[in-house]
Amino acid sequence: MSRSSKKGPWVEDRLMSRIEAMNAAGTKQMIKTWSRASTIFPDMVGHTIAVHDGQKHIPVFVNESMVGHKLGEFAPTRRYRGHVSSGKMR
Amino acid sequence: MARISGINIPLNKRVEIGLTYIYGIGRSSANGLLTQTGISPDTYVRDLTEDEVSKLREAIERDLTVEGDLRRERSQNIKRLMEIGCYRGLRHRRGMPVRGQRTKTNARTRKGPRRMQVAGKKKATKT
Repeated sequence: MSRSSKKGPWVEDRLMSRIEAMNAAGTKQMIKTWSRASTIFPDMVGHTIAVHDGQKHIPVFVNESMVGHKLGEFAPTRRYRGHVSSGKMR
Repeated sequence: MARISGINIPLNKRVEIGLTYIYGIGRSSANGLLTQTGISPDTYVRDLTEDEVSKLREAIERDLTVEGDLRRERSQNIKRLMEIGCYRGLRHRRGMPVRGQRTKTNARTRKGPRRMQVAGKKKATKT
């Protein structure tokens, strides 16, 4: 079920305050975050956010069409390297 | 013959059903259109007057995206997902189920026919 629209989209406070601080100062720095559930806000466009995938931080450059998605959608948590049998045997 | 929104010529059916031949119109939106225009769902498409046909056409034009436009919209949505590199887009790219279904078994609609391994193929022995 999707979130009640009465509450509005959710962002981690810490992340948002850091974005706002950067917007106010006009600087661009990579922010590391573990908050994969945070919604991407229009304010974040143009920033690079390093989203944790469970192991490391994956840099995500936010552009306009990403607004409304969650940060976690851009940092896949599984790595599929293919099955042994699907590779050709010599 | 009734031509409504492009190529669609629903035939010897009741309007309620005939309208569903248009891509983007199902039973529910067909009934909606009919109550809106005041046409009985039981009239046959061949019995529709020219006036009623044009009324339907207008109603569809006004509040539904249909056929080519709808197809384009859908494929653009998918394309957008693929371009921004989000999880759903990646699933579309790989032709895998997008909404978190299991893939250990099933998921054949998205994955297509089974790719069987060649029978009797022996593994190379280590030497």
